[in-house]
Amino acid sequence: MSIVRAENIKKRYIQGKVEVHALRGVSVNIDQGEFVAMAGPSGSGKTTVLNIIGGIDNPDSGQVIVDGNNYSDMTQSKLAELRLNKIGFVFQAYNLIPVLSAEENVEYIMLLQGVSAKERKKKARAILDDVGLEGKYSRRPSELSGGQQQRVAVARAIVSNPAIILADEPTANLDSKTGESLLDMMKKMNREKDVTFIFSTHDNMVMEYAKRIVKLKDGQIENDIIKDK
Amino acid sequence: MYFQLAWRNIWRNPRRTFVIISAVVIGVWSMVFLSAFSHGMLASMLDNGKSVLIGDIQIHNKKYRIDPSIDNSMDNPDKIRAVLDKTLPQGAVLTERIKVSTYVSNARHSTGAVLVGIDPENEKKISFLGKSITKGEYLDKKDMRGILVGKALLEKFDTAIGKKLIIMARDKKGKVASKAFRIRGVFNAEMEATEKQFLFITMTGARKLLNMEKGISEISIVLNSEPMVEKTAAEIKNRLDTELFAVETWKDLLPMLKAYVEIFNGFMYIWYVVVFVAMGFGIVNTSLMAVFERVREFGLLRALGLKPWPVIRSVLTESIFILLIGIIAGNLLGYVSVLLMKDNGLDLAMFGKGSEFFGMSRVIYPILTMFDVMNVNLVIFFLGAVVSLYPAFRASRITPVEAMRQ
Repeated sequence: MSIVRAENIKKRYIQGKVEVHALRGVSVNIDQGEFVAMAGPSGSGKTTVLNIIGGIDNPDSGQVIVDGNNYSDMTQSKLAELRLNKIGFVFQAYNLIPVLSAEENVEYIMLLQGVSAKERKKKARAILDDVGLEGKYSRRPSELSGGQQQRVAVARAIVSNPAIILADEPTANLDSKTGESLLDMMKKMNREKDVTFIFSTHDNMVMEYAKRIVKLKDGQIENDIIKDK
Repeated sequence: MYFQLAWRNIWRNPRRTFVIISAVVIGVWSMVFLSAFSHGMLASMLDNGKSVLIGDIQIHNKKYRIDPSIDNSMDNPDKIRAVLDKTLPQGAVLTERIKVSTYVSNARHSTGAVLVGIDPENEKKISFLGKSITKGEYLDKKDMRGILVGKALLEKFDTAIGKKLIIMARDKKGKVASKAFRIRGVFNAEMEATEKQFLFITMTGARKLLNMEKGISEISIVLNSEPMVEKTAAEIKNRLDTELFAVETWKDLLPMLKAYVEIFNGFMYIWYVVVFVAMGFGIVNTSLMAVFERVREFGLLRALGLKPWPVIRSVLTESIFILLIGIIAGNLLGYVSVLLMKDNGLDLAMFGKGSEFFGMSRVIYPILTMFDVMNVNLVIFFLGAVVSLYPAFRASRITPVEAMRQ
């Protein structure tokens, strides 16, 4: 079943006085439970695709449907609700809230969803245990390594039971060993919880882990390789 | 967790938070202290004004204010006394006076003054005179020859206690009456003009000098509650023949003082605006800095699904914490400042002449009222929250994509 359907997405930016065609008509279908890497060199448009699928950027034309929700029919408020409940984000720079502990960072998303305090605490600790951060609940981001911070970010993304998790170059700031361990963990989540992961990356290791690689070049899909098949 | 997050956020940059809290503290303190100081000044002006033979309400012959001569005295005060017995509220005190223009002299000097015949016991309860005798003694009710003079007049006349002053005045029959009075005591007043203007003898001494049987010039009443003044005056007016008698409050008798009170209140509001504008810019500026420093974070929160209103609420909560800390500390500082001046006041000796011109005491005792404290706190809290809306709106308009590009 298709969880993400993007049809002929086009996007232009004005950079200074230069018009940049970030996407020149990208169409892609992603099924529930896929582990997809959007690969390509810098400027190929992979982050823009992820942002548009995540509803934090708007295409100039084309349409995006996530879990049956067509973005072009939705208000900003509805889009925010969709992001809160259906989409998880993992960013290259972790983007944790620095004044909150690991546990509170994970809890925050559930707080926005209106989950009770008791339930929040229970679920946050369980998910932190799952990503290998047992006993580090009360540590602030500054007290965690890069890999541990990215695990907190994954825990935060996954705890709200999203339909998809969008990870923008999640291993870019990590050493290869930490990156591999993070990918193992995400793969496990994908396998056990049937969560759809969509990465943007130019890291070969991520591409090795991915079951499907969508290669982008100059704002267009160059090829779409499904490994398992 | 919203409060926890806001509280921790404000301490991310303690120096900046300290600076903005200091601005709020100084603003609140200055507003609280200046309010208390102004009230102290006003109270001093009112006390001085009222205690110099005015009181809260006065009753005269209708013509007395235009021509304050012995001809316009109230010849039959019994009727008025009966009305006052029925209308004055509990705790009110009154005294009767005879007041005439006089000419006072000794061997070397002479001047014009106001001779006041008093009931020494009642006068003591009402006017400044009871607490102002610095040399000699106060008058005894039966003293027919004694006189109280101000320190400035005593010095001007180069005389002393026990010596005589000659008093000349027109009596009830229109003849010039003259009599020697012996100085029994010297009074000090807040204003030198008062010390030169008034001379006090007993009511019986005045009656004898002026050939008056039972007439009086005025009745002065002091109530124990300012809000009762207008109401009581209106009740007395209702029961007296207003064709014959004038019933006036201190506001009618001291129009300049009434105007000062209004000017002071206006000045306070101008001061509130000045302080608040300075503080408001500080709040907006630092809040904006805090917002711009956290663009990525606000972008992330928007990406996670936070709508604009919770972002506004989050920034506002931080501002409110800062305002509350500043308000509490500013109030404490203001209270302590007022407390420190409770016993000794603030000495305005260097502006002595100027303060006298405005009818103030040289030493001002700040008066803190709950109304002023509430006023200051509400103004700062609500206006502070309103100006914080601007940075909060700016934060809410940060988009995830714009934030992630930073």
